[in-house]
Amino acid sequence: MTMATDAPKDGFRLSMLVYDTRYRSYTIQIVVLVLFALAVAWLLNNTVQNLAARGKEFNFGFLWQRAGYDIGQQLIPYNNDDNHFRALLIGLLNTLVVAVLGCIFATILGVLIGVLRLSRNWLVSRLMTVYVEMFRNVPLLLWILLSYVILSEVTPQPRDFRVTDEMVAAGEEPAASMMLFDTIAVTNRGTNIPSALFERGLGTVDLGFVSLNLDFWVILAVIAGSIFVNRRIVHSARATQEATGVRPVTWWKSILILFAPVIAVIVAMGFHLEIPSLKGFNFQGGILVAHSFTALLIALTLYTAAFIAEIVRAGIQAISRGQSEAAFALGLRPNRTMNLIILPQALRVIIPPLISQYLNLTKNTSLGIAVSYLDLRGTLGGITLNQTGRELECMLLMMLIYLSISLMISAVMNMYNNSVQLKAR
Amino acid sequence: MKKSVFFGALAATTLVAGLAGAATLDDIKARGELLCGSNTGLTGFGAPDASGSWAGFDVDLCRAVAAAVLGDPNKVKFVPTTGETRFTALQSGEVDLLVRNSTWTSSRDSELALDFVAVNYYDGQGFMVKKDLGVSSAKELDGATVCIQTGTTTELNLADFFKQNNITYQPVTVADDSEAQRQYVAGACDAYTTDASGLAASRATLPDAENHIILPEIISKEPLGPVVRHGDSNWGDVVRWTYYALLIAEEKGVTSANVEEVLASTTDEEVKRLLGASGDMGAKFGLDNDAFKRSIAAVGNYGEIFSRNIGEGTTINLARGLNALWTQGGLQYAPPFR
Repeated sequence: MTMATDAPKDGFRLSMLVYDTRYRSYTIQIVVLVLFALAVAWLLNNTVQNLAARGKEFNFGFLWQRAGYDIGQQLIPYNNDDNHFRALLIGLLNTLVVAVLGCIFATILGVLIGVLRLSRNWLVSRLMTVYVEMFRNVPLLLWILLSYVILSEVTPQPRDFRVTDEMVAAGEEPAASMMLFDTIAVTNRGTNIPSALFERGLGTVDLGFVSLNLDFWVILAVIAGSIFVNRRIVHSARATQEATGVRPVTWWKSILILFAPVIAVIVAMGFHLEIPSLKGFNFQGGILVAHSFTALLIALTLYTAAFIAEIVRAGIQAISRGQSEAAFALGLRPNRTMNLIILPQALRVIIPPLISQYLNLTKNTSLGIAVSYLDLRGTLGGITLNQTGRELECMLLMMLIYLSISLMISAVMNMYNNSVQLKAR
Repeated sequence: MKKSVFFGALAATTLVAGLAGAATLDDIKARGELLCGSNTGLTGFGAPDASGSWAGFDVDLCRAVAAAVLGDPNKVKFVPTTGETRFTALQSGEVDLLVRNSTWTSSRDSELALDFVAVNYYDGQGFMVKKDLGVSSAKELDGATVCIQTGTTTELNLADFFKQNNITYQPVTVADDSEAQRQYVAGACDAYTTDASGLAASRATLPDAENHIILPEIISKEPLGPVVRHGDSNWGDVVRWTYYALLIAEEKGVTSANVEEVLASTTDEEVKRLLGASGDMGAKFGLDNDAFKRSIAAVGNYGEIFSRNIGEGTTINLARGLNALWTQGGLQYAPPFR
């Protein structure tokens, strides 16, 4: 008598790796993995061999050598005795300041244009269409160059501001004059704006590689505190409204709490403006905002705003008409409908592509090299690379930094995206 | 075990590839064309003319090398490089030879692994300003905005000069000579600084050259010369001795016009060796015996090249100065050709 068995139990055979579907997918994956690892190893080995053939070794020691070059725009103190790492930081900060300001301005402008493009006013909506198509379809580099050339060619030279004794005697006016109560000077090199000074400032705290300006942080802390207290006031007013149906009057409390403490602090520290004045070749005092920065910021903002406008338009149009009709039926006015019904839903559609635009803008700041803006590409990837001859190290480091910035922006925006997503209850 | 064999094979192939790349002279002969890194456009030194063919002081040295190696001064492909890209272009093998007013420094020799084979122009860094700025010395430039080309030694010299003199400046870093000129002419910078020869060349192209002056201070030594990759000494020797051949030709009075005549009549043994009439000096470099004669016939001697491109009477109008022959009080001196 024979026993019927379900399956032969003759163990594992090598051919099963190919013919047995249970194992085949593993076989394929392992083969691909090995090939991939070999390819990477070959690339690495090739690089190491070629570096050795050129008598170069791979190390980042050069970052601690003296940089020896000067940088026009510096947000933290730097001079040519500092090392290449410090120069890298200066460049990184220059990149970040353009990227952050560009994202903010591009968002404001983009939302405005996107909404206006849906306007029922024929002229307004057509004008916005022209704007979007114009900026979207011309390369960003050209916009950067155009704004830079316009800024540097049509503005007067610093010497045009000079008033000499002979001119006073002859009653002549200088060829150019300062704007806004003689506080801002726009020359063909940059915009000189007043800077804030404190007579009784709190000084700075040195933290090794950066020194913190206490005045700035104290003011920031006071503003943050004021905003927090104001939110509590509004919150309690809303609670009262919900409990009693009557909303207490809070606007004067808000204004007082938002502005009084800050004004008190800056008056106490002896606030005054340092107004730029023409001395020698250039305006001295105040802050010089170079045209390379302004041009880059303007071009990035206008260019990215065109894309954001399209994203906003798409987001708004994705919300069904029934939503706004229902809101109108409930008696909501158009602007309340937009703020309370349409935009919160549209944001869910808008945010994910908006993240890509922020990433694009951040990476596009590296085009600043075209107008001599010394960002990360200009310092680490430009002068440092050139003076030290460390192409591979500089390029890898630069890619790593851009990658980290982009991932951080993505992470923050994804957190925001999750907070505005439809909550499944 | 197998893996180590694999890596060993890889290492061997890359090494062989490296060695093959080292014989630059053979590569050029096989290709039939010399790849010469040149300026993106500096009048008098290296710039394409109206018909698109390159001309200039540095360009002529490339042509001399091409004449020596390939027998034809026109078998050169000029690759325009900026201050930033030039050394990478040379190291990666994109060009065989870089003649692009590049300064010889120790870190470029050691850190960048380049070989400067000669100095074809002794220069120094200067400043150009507009006359009506009212400045007569670079030390009066306190607070000025200065245009400076990136990736150059002048960038570092500038920082050092202002620090030493305890004065400040605002740098405007530009990519090349033409952008620097545009900014300088537009008044976006008060002064433009680069090698004095480069300033003279830039000034010559300005429509109102008489309204611009070059300040008397020369703040650095800038020995400019042809550069080759480190590790191919034979190729370096070819370039070096082509250059010296042009110097010796000037010293001995051999010009492009009279070279055949001199060859027929000369009794000077060094000239005979130079022109390939006696000995086998050319062959020792892996060239034809009359290689240097071809160079001289093609572009003339050093003095001819100088006066044709940048000398007195041209728009650049530079005096020989330090670049006169050693017999006339200058620094240009060639070792004996024997």
